[in-house]
Amino acid sequence: MNKHDEARIKQILRETLPPADPAAEPSRDLWPAVLRRVDAETGADRAEGLGPVRQNWFDWALLAALVIFAVSFPATIPVLLYYL
Amino acid sequence: MPERTDDVLNRFRQGDLNAFESLFREHQRSVYGWILRVVRDPAAAEDLTVETFWRIQRAHARFEPARPFEPWARRIATRAALDWLRARRPETLLTDQDVAGLPSTPAPDPGIAAEIRAKASQAFARLPPGLRIAAVLSIVEEQPHKDVAAALGISVGAVKLRVFRAIRMLRKDLLEQGIRP
Repeated sequence: MNKHDEARIKQILRETLPPADPAAEPSRDLWPAVLRRVDAETGADRAEGLGPVRQNWFDWALLAALVIFAVSFPATIPVLLYYL
Repeated sequence: MPERTDDVLNRFRQGDLNAFESLFREHQRSVYGWILRVVRDPAAAEDLTVETFWRIQRAHARFEPARPFEPWARRIATRAALDWLRARRPETLLTDQDVAGLPSTPAPDPGIAAEIRAKASQAFARLPPGLRIAAVLSIVEEQPHKDVAAALGISVGAVKLRVFRAIRMLRKDLLEQGIRP
């Protein structure tokens, strides 16, 4: 590709896609939409805040059950290790 | 004046919503304008401006107040626009309505036929989004390579390479469509 081709492609591109108006502005005030989005995120975070606590509690309960099971039936430890 | 700005930036970093609103009011126009240059669709640019400021708010703790806000916001905006371009099917890009709906439309060059412009538009829409952004910002919008590189988070050399690859791919696509540039 020579310089002439390159210049021609650039010219075609400029003609095909006119530059955007540098003074363009949004047609509406976007702040309420931003605020709604931020509020929705904050609400979701709060809701998620309960999730990890429950998950933690469940994880620990599962681990405790596993330890009790392993202590009660030591012969099952190799089988458990095999599946982990 | 800089003290006031520093104060706003520091408060924004700490999660102050009023400081965030001040920054939004100050920068929304430039962020919107930048996104419009990339996506070339006013409605999508508005949605992406909201998306960008939402991402900015989420990332407030990572902002460094010693650095300027505008380039940071522009980089986040560019990433949001890139995500949008990637999610959009190439065939739906840059329709005649999109081009006609742009706020600035110069008189067509009689040297370039409407058919060539239509095929060039289709070829441009088929470019990978990363190349498309580099080409539109550098060639059409005539933004300095340095600014494009900062917005894309790549080097100036990488921007030049992307522009070169975009031009080469456009030329090849046009030749395949029977258009000799």
